Amino acid sequence: MSAMRLAAALAACAGLAVLALLPVYVDAYYLALAIGLLQFTVLATAWGLFSGPTRYVSLATTAFFGVGAYTVAVLGELLPWPLVLLIATAIGAVMAVVVGLSTLRLSGLHFVIFTFGLAELIRQLVIWFEVNKSRVLGRYVFVDITQKDIYWQLLALAVAVFVIGWLIERSRLGFALRIIGEDETVAKHCGINVTVAKVTLFTISAVFMTLVGAIMAPRWTYIEPSIVFNATISFEVVIMALLGGAHRLWGPALGAIPLTLLFEFLAARFPTASTLIMGVIFLLIVYALPAGVVGLWDNFRRQWRPRRVEQEAKA
Amino acid sequence: MTNAIFTGLMLGGMYALIAMGLTLQYGVARIMNLSYGEFLVAAAFASYWLFTGWALNPLLGLALVIPAGFGVSLLLYRVLLTPLVRRARTRGALEVDSILATFGMMFIVQGIMLSMFGGAYFSYSFLAIPVSLFGEILALNRLIAFGLAVAVGLALYLALTRTRLGTSIRAVAVDPMAAQLVAIDVVRTSAFAFALGGALVAAAGVLISMFLTFSASSGVIFTMKALIVVVMGGVGNLLGCLVAGLALGLSESLVATFVDPGLTLAVNFALFLGVLLVKPAGLFGRAQR
Repeated sequence: MSAMRLAAALAACAGLAVLALLPVYVDAYYLALAIGLLQFTVLATAWGLFSGPTRYVSLATTAFFGVGAYTVAVLGELLPWPLVLLIATAIGAVMAVVVGLSTLRLSGLHFVIFTFGLAELIRQLVIWFEVNKSRVLGRYVFVDITQKDIYWQLLALAVAVFVIGWLIERSRLGFALRIIGEDETVAKHCGINVTVAKVTLFTISAVFMTLVGAIMAPRWTYIEPSIVFNATISFEVVIMALLGGAHRLWGPALGAIPLTLLFEFLAARFPTASTLIMGVIFLLIVYALPAGVVGLWDNFRRQWRPRRVEQEAKA
Repeated sequence: MTNAIFTGLMLGGMYALIAMGLTLQYGVARIMNLSYGEFLVAAAFASYWLFTGWALNPLLGLALVIPAGFGVSLLLYRVLLTPLVRRARTRGALEVDSILATFGMMFIVQGIMLSMFGGAYFSYSFLAIPVSLFGEILALNRLIAFGLAVAVGLALYLALTRTRLGTSIRAVAVDPMAAQLVAIDVVRTSAFAFALGGALVAAAGVLISMFLTFSASSGVIFTMKALIVVVMGGVGNLLGCLVAGLALGLSESLVATFVDPGLTLAVNFALFLGVLLVKPAGLFGRAQR
């Protein structure tokens, strides 16, 4: 097993090296496509980090994404880039803690409803603030960051999300969250501080979403609340994570890659029917693949394993 | 001040009307319908189409749209949602599954409307006559919509509390397992309640289309308001629906008049969270599970 694990680690490193060198070889179109793929991979994986083990369906992705992007729009020209990212992280984390503390004590259903409206709420608050206090609606982002820089930053973030996700899975926190997902009452009786565990993970996941928004902001040049707080992002991320299977760390990425390509294709070919097709895909996934691609893989392995044991027993 | 209170009451009545169908669908059939607002907008479009294309009075149009809403919802429950009800092992599993399924449905209905009508805003002028009431000027269509909403709510309340079918619906809402023990067909009652919710949302859509502009993508905001009202009032409780709807409408119009119109949503959420943190089961809900 350890040899296999070593091989997997080596393959991952090699794949990473190839990915890191990618911008040098491809043209602008494929670079943009790769950025889209990485963006949704990180978003869906971050979504799965929290919603996978706890089974709280969060529709708040775009709220955090938008906050990240807007932070860059406001501070991008004033401060050096790493500091801007750091501030975006802090804002995302504070917001996640506030939202988490006030809603994660409620049942999962109320959480869905609240996150459903959170992006809209934040958007309204930002517009209100911009109209009444700062008196600018819509901002330009002029920062010295190229497409390649965005790509590399997203790649680094993707690595970070997988490493942190892997570490969480092996930690006490990950174990606690799996118990909460199975049965919250049992978790409480085991002495797990349910609220702290949930809020911590929600915050980690939200910070990644905020950072994706911040990193992606320079691509737009012009930003206004209705662009960055676009509810479609939340919906797409949920579909992707469900297609892949949210109960495994690498599941959401498996859904993010094909669906990003598909949405790209649809937006180019059938811009008017894309909403309809998205709905049909969503229903297909819910009815035909309730556990996602990962669930299929698990089933396949489960059927394959006993047979091998039988054969070994015969031999 | 009187104006703000009047507007708030009208708005609140509208919210209560919108939420009544959802409280049936969610409280009885256990389907958390995220495509609810889309069906409301679809009914509004149907009314628009009947009025502009066939010159049919929206109030008469109700007679067509309400049965259509009932039929479509019944079909939807039978075809799409019954498999989920069978598959779900626990109530929680059904809730998650139904959220996801109706979420997909939301996109489908919205996509169909987008391809039929485009993304523009629609409205039509029906009975937009000013009426003076207690020294305030109000539009007649709003008053009629409000009056009909009250009538529908009252009729529903009486039907649920005074008839045999209504009593069995309430029994399923309280405990589906125990309802079976007293010879109630839970599956059929749930389907009926879901369809009844569909009929109510169709009625709400027609009434709202008389005085509000709407577009193919404005369903989400209705869903959100309806969800907030239902959860705040206590799931499956009509009276709670009414009180929560009025509270929401009043707070919204008071804030819009005296503080800032840009902060209405913030007030909605503050109210929602405030109620739930004090009473997690809603204003009139009973704690269970």
